[in-house]
Amino acid sequence: MRKPDGVYGLMAEFDDPTMLVNAARAAREKGFRRLDAYTPFPIEDLTDALHLHRNKLPLIVLIGGLTGGFTGYLLQYFTTVIYYPINIAGRPLHSWPSYIIITFELTILFASISAVLGLLGLCGLPMPYHPVFNVPRFSAASRDRFFLCIESTDPLFDRQSTTKFLESLDAKEVSEVEH
Amino acid sequence: MTAAALDFNISSDLLTDIRRWRTRAMVVGVIGVILLVLGWVTSPAQFYRSYLWAYIYFLGIAAGSMAWLMLQYLTGGAWGVAIRRPAEAAARTIPVMAVLFVPIAIGYASLYPWAHSDLVAADPILKHKAAYLNFPFFLVRAVAILGGWSLLSVLLNRWSLREDREGPRPAHNLMARLSGPGLIFWVFAVTFMSIDWVMSLNPDWFSTMFGLLFVAGQGLSSIAFLITILVLLSQQRPLSEILTTRHLHDVGKLMFANVMLWAYFSFSQWLIIWAGNLPEEIPWYAERLRGGWQYVALVLVFGHFALPFALLLSRDLKRNFKLLRRIAVFVLAMRVVDVYWFVIPDATRGAALSPSWIDVGAFLGIGGIWAMLFLGQLAKRPLIPANDIHIIEALEHGR
Repeated sequence: MRKPDGVYGLMAEFDDPTMLVNAARAAREKGFRRLDAYTPFPIEDLTDALHLHRNKLPLIVLIGGLTGGFTGYLLQYFTTVIYYPINIAGRPLHSWPSYIIITFELTILFASISAVLGLLGLCGLPMPYHPVFNVPRFSAASRDRFFLCIESTDPLFDRQSTTKFLESLDAKEVSEVEH
Repeated sequence: MTAAALDFNISSDLLTDIRRWRTRAMVVGVIGVILLVLGWVTSPAQFYRSYLWAYIYFLGIAAGSMAWLMLQYLTGGAWGVAIRRPAEAAARTIPVMAVLFVPIAIGYASLYPWAHSDLVAADPILKHKAAYLNFPFFLVRAVAILGGWSLLSVLLNRWSLREDREGPRPAHNLMARLSGPGLIFWVFAVTFMSIDWVMSLNPDWFSTMFGLLFVAGQGLSSIAFLITILVLLSQQRPLSEILTTRHLHDVGKLMFANVMLWAYFSFSQWLIIWAGNLPEEIPWYAERLRGGWQYVALVLVFGHFALPFALLLSRDLKRNFKLLRRIAVFVLAMRVVDVYWFVIPDATRGAALSPSWIDVGAFLGIGGIWAMLFLGQLAKRPLIPANDIHIIEALEHGR
């Protein structure tokens, strides 16, 4: 994706979240697809505006959860039925009701671990270097400013026209993001 | 969008519809009451059983709706504004529902073994419990439960009207301040209600999970009902202009959570009794797993838990008005089966499953009357509380 002589993208800075959400929506409508937003706190509407709902995380969590559930059940099955078949209160060796709690717990455990690891993986973390930090004012993204970045890999990207477009959205400042 | 630019009053088309639904409910109710009277004449014992079951189901929707109303005063949020008016209308039916308890108070001796002195004298456990399980005290508790709920309903609705007239303060503070203690009272009232009216059908048996099962049950019945009514109202003004998929998504998530809560409590009670395997505890399940009742239990496992759980996992489905309404109606139907499975096996002293036409009469009669009351109350106020402190947030939700 790296273009040696180009820029990583264009970064627009906004004063409040509503402007950012409107800008993100306008950029999507204009046809931009490779764009990202940076905010000090989560903004629900932004997820909708950027169409970020479809990703692979639910599938990863589902597979993790199912793996956990089967692991929990089989662990107990092999322990109580095959390796240590002990008669407890005359119950059948395969007493499934008592397996449910561990099965449930391991489902949750594996699902949450897959969620965390899946999230890190999909975000490409850990990532020691990212070009957006080359924008001097970007540190404000973790305090009180809201940023929208249109990346140069977007087919519609053009330094002049995209800068103009971002300025037309009432961005406080538009800066180029160096690699 | 500002609150002032919108008309929250029920549009005339919708009002015509509500009146038409109300007339239908009245017709159904009258048919049901006729069946009930015939049932009372032919078989009083069956009449009281059927009545108790249907009464607990519909009272659960009314009281549960009031619980959601109080919860949203405490938590705030856009979903609360959306459900407030239907929930208030459901809560306003409680004083009349309290009066409908009278047949149970009259027929208590037919329903409850502890009401018979010869049975009590022969059973040391019942003798021991007689200080609690006796008719005067039973009646005192019923009056406290229904009276307390009626009082909460009257106060919350009076202040809500005041909020419409005078603005959010001080009405909102009054409602929010009452809602904390009100919710605690609701949980205790549901617990005592479940012990008195349902668990004591089999007075030797006990379960500490019982009250919570009814708390989850009422919560689920009422949120499924509120979703159904919201989707129904969303087709016309004013809600067609206000309700977004986000509001629906929020209440859909609440229904999802309640499906899981119910399953969690149900399984916990079953696991504890199964693991203990004690002769005084297992009869409750033993009589519900034979004589046809075992199939009802299977229907509950799949229909009340597995199917709604699997479907409600989907985000798209929770944001689809039509599909979510279908699931809500299905859940409401499963709640009917669940309450039946809880009440009837003990009320028939462990007899095999044999539904009666009087069951149908009780369901139509109480349900028809209740729906008529609810729709009548719903038509009385604007469908969105314009002075709610979260109104702006609610109107911008999902736009």
